[in-house]
Amino acid sequence: MIRAVMVINTQGKPRLAKFYEFQPVEKQQELIRSVYGVLSSRAENVSNFLDAESIFGPDTRLVYKHFATLYFVFVFDSSENELAMLDLIQVFVETLDKCFKNVCELDVVLNYSKLHTVLDEIIFGGQVLETSSTEVLKAVEEISKLETASNAISLVPKSVSSWRSRWYTV
Amino acid sequence: MEQLKTIGRELAMGSQGGFGQSKEFLDLVKSIGEARSKAEEERIVLHEIETLKRRLSEPDIPKRKMKEYIIRLVYVEMLGHDASFAYIHAVKMTHDDNLVLKRTGYLAVSLFLNDDHDLIILIVNTIQKDLKSDNYLVVCTALNAVCKLINDETVPAVLPQVVELLGHQKEAVRKKAIMALHRFYQKSPSSVSHLVSNFRKRLCDNDPGVMGATLCPLFDLITIDVNTYKDLVVSFVSILKQVAERRLPKTYDYHQLPAPFIQIRLLKILALLGSGDKQSSEKMYMVVGDIFKKCDSTSNIGNAVLYECICCVSAIHPNPKLLEQAAQVISRFLKSDSHNLKYMGIDALGRLIKISPEIAEQHQLAVIDCLEDPDDTLKRKTFELLYKMTKSSNVEVIVDRMIDYMISLNDNHYKTYIASRCVELAEQFAPSNQWFIQTMNKVFEHAGDLVNVKVAHNLMKLIAEGFGEDDDTADSQLRSSAVESYLRIIGEPKLPSVFLQVICWVLGEYGTADGKYSASYITGKLCDVAEAYSNDETVKAYAVTAIMKIYAFEISSGRKVDMLPECQSLVEELSASHSTDLQQRAYELQAVIGIDAHAIESIMPSDASCEDIEIDKNLSFLNGYVQQAIEKGAQPYISENERSGVSSINNFRSQDQHEALSHSLRFEAYELPKPLVPSRVPPAAVASSTELVPVPEPSYARETHQSASLPSVSDAGSSELKLRLDGVQKKWGRPTYSSSASSTSTSSSHKTTNGITQVDGVSTSNSKARDTYDLRKPSVEISPEKQKLASSLFGGPSRTEKRPSSGNHKVSKATEKSQVSKAAGAHTDAAVEKTNHEPTPDLLDFSDSTVTGTAPSIDPFQQLEGLLDQTEATSTVNNGPAGASKTPEIMGLYADTPVSGLSSSVGNPVLTNRDDFNLASELSNATRTSQVGVSQSNRGPNPKDSLEKDALVRQMGVTPTSQNPNLFRDLLG
Repeated sequence: MIRAVMVINTQGKPRLAKFYEFQPVEKQQELIRSVYGVLSSRAENVSNFLDAESIFGPDTRLVYKHFATLYFVFVFDSSENELAMLDLIQVFVETLDKCFKNVCELDVVLNYSKLHTVLDEIIFGGQVLETSSTEVLKAVEEISKLETASNAISLVPKSVSSWRSRWYTV
Repeated sequence: MEQLKTIGRELAMGSQGGFGQSKEFLDLVKSIGEARSKAEEERIVLHEIETLKRRLSEPDIPKRKMKEYIIRLVYVEMLGHDASFAYIHAVKMTHDDNLVLKRTGYLAVSLFLNDDHDLIILIVNTIQKDLKSDNYLVVCTALNAVCKLINDETVPAVLPQVVELLGHQKEAVRKKAIMALHRFYQKSPSSVSHLVSNFRKRLCDNDPGVMGATLCPLFDLITIDVNTYKDLVVSFVSILKQVAERRLPKTYDYHQLPAPFIQIRLLKILALLGSGDKQSSEKMYMVVGDIFKKCDSTSNIGNAVLYECICCVSAIHPNPKLLEQAAQVISRFLKSDSHNLKYMGIDALGRLIKISPEIAEQHQLAVIDCLEDPDDTLKRKTFELLYKMTKSSNVEVIVDRMIDYMISLNDNHYKTYIASRCVELAEQFAPSNQWFIQTMNKVFEHAGDLVNVKVAHNLMKLIAEGFGEDDDTADSQLRSSAVESYLRIIGEPKLPSVFLQVICWVLGEYGTADGKYSASYITGKLCDVAEAYSNDETVKAYAVTAIMKIYAFEISSGRKVDMLPECQSLVEELSASHSTDLQQRAYELQAVIGIDAHAIESIMPSDASCEDIEIDKNLSFLNGYVQQAIEKGAQPYISENERSGVSSINNFRSQDQHEALSHSLRFEAYELPKPLVPSRVPPAAVASSTELVPVPEPSYARETHQSASLPSVSDAGSSELKLRLDGVQKKWGRPTYSSSASSTSTSSSHKTTNGITQVDGVSTSNSKARDTYDLRKPSVEISPEKQKLASSLFGGPSRTEKRPSSGNHKVSKATEKSQVSKAAGAHTDAAVEKTNHEPTPDLLDFSDSTVTGTAPSIDPFQQLEGLLDQTEATSTVNNGPAGASKTPEIMGLYADTPVSGLSSSVGNPVLTNRDDFNLASELSNATRTSQVGVSQSNRGPNPKDSLEKDALVRQMGVTPTSQNPNLFRDLLG
């Protein structure tokens, strides 16, 4: 089972932290800090795997991937396959990329709840739910469609979309 | 303009994410991003919390605002600040009818709350309602929350609804319901045990995704109880076959591979089901062999499946063809440039080596490369492998490597782990006592504070008892070498406490035993230790007792003792120590020096640490004394049971004891302590105090114990002395190291063989000779050190090369032994005896005294070849009639494999080269594509967008170091 998913930026700030087994806030911080401590000291061109037992206790492994300014970290136990987890990170990031069109750290920060939505479509209760990024995207889009439909209060006025295009042409 | 950009961004976000965040949230993120220090960030977040608290207390907050506050709270809590004041608002939000708000509420709640939080009870009702909703998205959201929020107490409340959802028309819901049920099973197996059959049922679901989801709970169930699921082997095999043959819809393909995650899960399950079960395993051979052939080894996920195949092959009943295929994959992994694949290769090798130990030999250089790799993860994995392949022939090299690595480590967790590994290997495979002691010394020196105290006691025990052989000279040689090595080490600064305890004990017990060192020299060293580690009481205690022993041995051997001045001052200092234990030891020392040789002989017999100590629990030797006291008017002893009922006991001592025993809070006032005069203590009290102490007395070392209780058995004169000491010590002695282990063991149970140290001498010179021989060997491109290491680890790079030299340079322990038996001649039957604890049974063949020079050169290789022949023979049998009678067409298919296997091995070099190239290009493109990304940014689909994004990023201060607008371009390939 997957124990935790973390996204940490290269300066050690958490961007997403999801623990599939409850951890108190202080413990979460401690875990994030120690994971960052290990990751930041890793050289380039080494393996993406880490022995996480000293941080997360017995029977835990850690796989991470470094994209631009972010570390994506999955923590899991021996019932998962390391290489497969590495691909799951890839799925997650690919989906985010499709979601946000050239995803960057800022998207991750500002769309905190959407990030969780995406993740929940990939990992469910610590198990891999879906590995096709198109399928995940479909599910996420369906949710946001229904959300906007069921949203009584329109969050973004119609006219705004034309504004938006204006700003992008500036 | 800057401002406008931000707003534009905000609005864009709004349309993308389905919600908009206010400027406040953006400002928060921005200011945190720009915070120069942790303190500044702290201040900003605390300010944010204050703001949110204030806002939340306002009446009639619009829902949209509320939602944003909740998201901000989640954010704040992620940064490590308590947001519990707002949990209730998140709970309230789950009740909302609006899907956006409900989802936000559930998200926040499942991040905030533990499953035993008080507020959960307020959500259960909502969850129940939502699980019944017509909108499947609501149902999914609720199912998601259920996984996190429901515990064994609340499972019954939602279980019926979840079970109902197993038949939902939407496959996404069915899938999630299965997984939720699995989560319930993980949290409280008993509550869903009656529903386990549902998992089996859902395995036949029409939707492959749902089927895949059931594999997770089934894997858990099978891990616990294999036998009840044996009937599913056929189903799993046929599912795997269908998946591998691409019968699933194209949408399940991932990187051109059919449903790899399902394949992995199935292979894991098959590994469990087939382990130790030949019949089940035979059903799997074909499909696993198929996957080996079909799997694309250029993609990461393809390699994941291949790795899982190896795991499966090594777990199930072995099949030589599959093992061969597995070995091929492993060699491809190990030859790869990717560290990830090397890591997997090493891991797989560790699995396969248990079944076919000879495959490690082909990869020895790759393994050594991994061992010397700068990547710590890989290095550790390689040590794991070495640990698995340690034998008595290579233990020295491996443990030396491990210790070197251990010394270089800073991580205490892993250091402890590897130290314990070293100890374990050394204890199991030590070629000689001397080596063992030296290794232990190194481990203690560098990780003494991290190893289990028991290891230290084992070491002391070993030195005291010898290695289980019956030869006193060997033992004493061992001891003197230990003493010598300790005298060398003792001067080094900052030794760990446990190690110093061992040193002091050994020096005290055997420091002067061989007459090489004078008593004053040893005691001087011991005094230095006590002085240098003056704040470690345990070490001081060990040192003082050791000094006492040295003096006692001196006196009993009739020599005159003059205490060194520093020793004198140490004793004086300790007799005024705050620690009663140290005080007692100091007084004991003074007392021992004062008495005559005869008395000392009986209280401190030299080299008696292995002797059994008989404890007279009834203290019958005190009877006379008790009688005398009672006659003088003392109260008779009241037994413990009688006493426990009585509340008013005048005797302060016995009450004190009683209290210590019951450990409960006492409510009545303490009596005033009476001045205690030892001789006037009622004997009954003393007796009780001794009896209440458990048999392995809670004193530091056994020797005090010995000095206390031994004489009382025999010597009437010293029993008085004993009483006095006992009265003081038993009450306060700290229960640290009780020597029960060594005191209960009998020295007679260990037999010693002759000439054990001679063995060492021969074997070391042998290995020397071998080393030089290896150095001279022509090496094409590999450095001689590496080759040397390889040969010492794996027993030579190739068998044929090894053979001519084998007469003298055998690595095998068996040969060394037999050479010794040649050299030692007369000791041959001793060698026979030694075979009892040697793992090499073939030694028996050489034990007769007619061993010739040719005999040793035959043994290991012939044996190996014999083994090989055997396996080959059995393998053909396996493939032959047994399999054929069952499933002829399977065997027919299987018969093809040798041909393909051959051809692939022929084309192997080319193939692997290509593979490597592809892998390398795919895996290392992160760096290359980032450059490409920069140059491409002009041609990109929406360069402005990207540039704008980047500018904003900089402006927000979130990613000041980034220079590449298309940050994730490399992903899209």
